[in-house]
Amino acid sequence: MIDNEQVEILLNDVLENHGYDFLEYSPASIKRRIIRLYGLDNFVSFAEFRYTVKTDKQYFKRFLEEITVNVTEMFRDPSFYKSLRNDVLPVLGTYPFIRIWVAGCSTGEEAYSLAIVLKELNLLHKSLIYATDINPSVLEKAKKGMFPLSYLKQYSENYLQSGGLKDFSAYYTANYSLAKFDESLSSKMIFSTHNLVSDHSFNEFQLILCRNVLIYFDKGLQHKVFNLFDSSIEKLGYLALGSKESLEFWPKAREYKRVKMEKIWRKL
Amino acid sequence: MAQTIDSASCEALIIGGSAGSLDVLLEIFPALRKDIRFPIVLVVHRKPSNESLLTDLLKSRTTLAVGEAEEKEFLAPGKVFIAPADYHMLIEEDRSISLDYSEKINYSRPSIDVTFQAAAEVFKEKLVCILLSGSNSDGVEGLKCVNSFGGKVVIQNPDTAIMPYMPQQAALNVVPNIILDSRDMADYINKLND
Repeated sequence: MIDNEQVEILLNDVLENHGYDFLEYSPASIKRRIIRLYGLDNFVSFAEFRYTVKTDKQYFKRFLEEITVNVTEMFRDPSFYKSLRNDVLPVLGTYPFIRIWVAGCSTGEEAYSLAIVLKELNLLHKSLIYATDINPSVLEKAKKGMFPLSYLKQYSENYLQSGGLKDFSAYYTANYSLAKFDESLSSKMIFSTHNLVSDHSFNEFQLILCRNVLIYFDKGLQHKVFNLFDSSIEKLGYLALGSKESLEFWPKAREYKRVKMEKIWRKL
Repeated sequence: MAQTIDSASCEALIIGGSAGSLDVLLEIFPALRKDIRFPIVLVVHRKPSNESLLTDLLKSRTTLAVGEAEEKEFLAPGKVFIAPADYHMLIEEDRSISLDYSEKINYSRPSIDVTFQAAAEVFKEKLVCILLSGSNSDGVEGLKCVNSFGGKVVIQNPDTAIMPYMPQQAALNVVPNIILDSRDMADYINKLND
């Protein structure tokens, strides 16, 4: 078993040698990810694990991918997407150009879901979705827009519950075990690495989606990231969080107004 | 007498359950004392779509405060925290709650193992974990961990479980401190308060 002290040693190594700062992640979650990876890769001692993470660049790619959580789905929380479709995007549709940031996009399922809604509202042609993640390898997957066919039944149900208007299968072609999503969707996406812990604001957006990313951060880091978002959202723009995340305890929360029952806030 | 000495040190109670556990919970909750001095955490497998059903059912049957766990919320005495559907729930060293949307464990999210393991390290010998009815083996690894940190392991008597598989697996793999019939659970919990 790896103890708290060893976790700290490892995370300090990672910061010093690779420039990624995990020290403000929620301790129990990050520890669990580390222990999981240690077991998955059959390390025999902490010393060996530490040495490999520190010195092996190829292994560090895997470390980064496994230590962060990359579980996501299309149209997760259908009622959230319903609210985007009915309450948020029609308002943004009155702008000449819509800039959206999906922060922590992982393998891209949310970016594609969003593009589908924009397309159905006839807004995709004037939208640009910036999809970013700390992790270069998940972005490679996101660019391809190919998701396991076995998940599509669930995604299709989510889509219909979210108020989807079409036959979901019109958006992809089945290719062996994968569903390849239409390139008209990804043509409006820009993929780039961005580390919410250390990177700055890079544009102004009318909508930022960051769902189920902040749960892995401690409170201090959450507030830093809210400040980063605040400096990246236009006046009257929107911020969307995961179903168990909240702006509530952030000092500037008063400058935002909640949109109905969903975890969506509008900057006043 | 023995139980009085034991129980004075209970700082958290975690109850894990799957198929068939709701009946037991509905039997336990109305019979709990109002002045419970430790937090009670529930990790129950269920469909994400029935999100508030469990919370509402339990609220109607106890005077204790019942709510779905919020991330970063601190475990407070006398309060019931329900692990939200479709998230794993962890306990931090400072006794706050972390939620996690990582891979399912034992086909389950929330996984009972995840919460038992995290709590075992934090509360050590001051933790009591109860595993109820269920048809998979989630919770068993967690109970092993609770055991190794000196926490108390309580298993529902499989003969009184609607789905005996889960408590059976636990009884086969962990030496429990006690095996209880479902009707004796509330009394046991109330005595942890003495």
